Amino acid sequence: MTSEYWSVADTARRIAAGETTALAVTEATLARIAIVDGTLGAYLALDGDGARAQAAEIDRLRASNAALPPLAGVPIALKDVLVTRGLATTAGSKILEGWIPPYDAHVVERLRAAGAVVIGKVNCDEFAMGSSTENSAYKPTRNPWNLTRVPGGSSGGSSAAVAAGLCAASLGTDTGGSIRQPAAFCGVVGLKPTYGRVSRWGVVAFASSLDQVGPLTRNVGDAALVLQAIAGFDPRDSTSLDAPVPAFADALTGDVAGLRIGLPQEFFEAMDEDVRVAVSSAVAALVERGAVTVDLSLPHTKLALPAYYLVAPAEASSNLARFDGVRYGQRAAATDLADMYARTRGAGFGPEVKRRIMLGTYALRAGHYDAFYKKAQQIRTLIKRDFDKAFRYCDVILTPTTPTVAFPFGAKANPVDMYLADVFTLSCNLAGLPGLSVPCGLSGDGLPIGAQLLGKPLDEATLLRAGGVIEGAVGLGERRPTGLATLVPSPRPARITKPGHAAPGGDL
Amino acid sequence: MTTDEGHEGAGDAGMSALTRTEVEEIAVLARLHLEPAELERMEHELTSILTYFTALAEVDTAGVPAMTHAVPMDLRLRADVALPSLPQDTALASAPRRDGALIVVPSSITPGRTEPGA
Repeated sequence: MTSEYWSVADTARRIAAGETTALAVTEATLARIAIVDGTLGAYLALDGDGARAQAAEIDRLRASNAALPPLAGVPIALKDVLVTRGLATTAGSKILEGWIPPYDAHVVERLRAAGAVVIGKVNCDEFAMGSSTENSAYKPTRNPWNLTRVPGGSSGGSSAAVAAGLCAASLGTDTGGSIRQPAAFCGVVGLKPTYGRVSRWGVVAFASSLDQVGPLTRNVGDAALVLQAIAGFDPRDSTSLDAPVPAFADALTGDVAGLRIGLPQEFFEAMDEDVRVAVSSAVAALVERGAVTVDLSLPHTKLALPAYYLVAPAEASSNLARFDGVRYGQRAAATDLADMYARTRGAGFGPEVKRRIMLGTYALRAGHYDAFYKKAQQIRTLIKRDFDKAFRYCDVILTPTTPTVAFPFGAKANPVDMYLADVFTLSCNLAGLPGLSVPCGLSGDGLPIGAQLLGKPLDEATLLRAGGVIEGAVGLGERRPTGLATLVPSPRPARITKPGHAAPGGDL
Repeated sequence: MTTDEGHEGAGDAGMSALTRTEVEEIAVLARLHLEPAELERMEHELTSILTYFTALAEVDTAGVPAMTHAVPMDLRLRADVALPSLPQDTALASAPRRDGALIVVPSSITPGRTEPGA
């Protein structure tokens, strides 16, 4: 059985139809991980026994003719900033090495309730701070399309695992692009929901006013299905929105006639030529099906990067104060309490996390607050107003997800160079908007390129609708990552076909 | 170079290079032990990052409200009712050192030591 590239929808359908069992899919997934992941480095922890038990429960349900939940038997990987009861959670940091959380994050509860089988935890930049997963304290994760390239970050384990067929879908978190950027680099779909759409309860906090959890999947329809399972009000998160959750899969109608696509000039000024060509093909695909383009300006875009790198580190410096060696995680030997805090944190945090804690502490320091944090929050208001105005003239905004394709390991040694990898994704978080990255082609050297769609608050449905059309027209179809070819000969013929419109339930 | 009026010229803070003393002070405030080589590197890296913030100081934000929530939301209140929580033993299970229902930490008072901010 070659289930590794079955979609979420197809996996659930085949199990429900009795064509296979949840246990067989789980075993096949674990077997593929055993072959591939030593090289790829996507997983930090596997829960083989737990996954088999969950799968067996699904199979018992089916045997008893009970109705199966929507994601029954679908193998899922979780970014290691999502806490999991009984399963090690490190956030990619040494400071949490060995910590076994006593509870599941809200999104994990929701996925388990939907029948998904949690395979394990996947790698990420330490505390989700980074754009390449090189900041993981544990190991590098490689890009399945080219093993010498990074998978993006911070949800690089999530994107690599999905692209390499080591799960049907994964969850990531996105604070400044950490779902969309790795999705673009690995040729998968990544959706950052509207701020407040998905509960942050049980998410190791990085920057609380920006963090959101969302799916990474191999097609747009699957992103709709996973979002459906995790979206909705949760009283345990004070910023959770008590708003109706539409049937996201119903949005994939393929009809974009009359849809107004905003093209902000500030996002098309500097990028690789391959990226420009691929993103233009995504625009053309929408126009060919009746969408109209609207030229826009989002004049404060250039301020998003500095505003983000004040707000996010400021909030991080506060959130990460909890890692002090008292209640959980690692503790350094010291003679008094203050020394224990400082030595535990000095030994437990990596260079980028320390840099951001220092930056955030500096920005929040007495006498600096108004000039830095408050100023950045005022800039956020200006950025948000830009979007509010733009959405009076368009229904969705289309940009490149990233200015380049996946870069080689070690290519961004300067912190600011690394920060620039997120230049197109940051403003979405600052404004709290939903954002979707959908593959729209390959570069000349065979690396994936993503188109980013930004929507009005709570309008993920329109992103999915437009994304589905881009996917059907210029997506990667059945092209699979080439970097793993020498490890696992493809069990399928290398057909290059473009799928029709990705209706829910369609298998890529 | 502009400053946020009425705030003691704090807008200048991002324009100048950080000194080693400032870096050491911030590390104390952040409860972060840094080795000498880290302090040295941090001095240069933070200065380089802070120059990126110059662009913000140049923007006129007079009368612009600071964002509190990106998406309109009212912070909710709930009834003051005790709800089930983790059992004490479960909650304490991850503590590096404990004594029964207590978490054990080193002494908080060291004779002769001056605490940060004291």
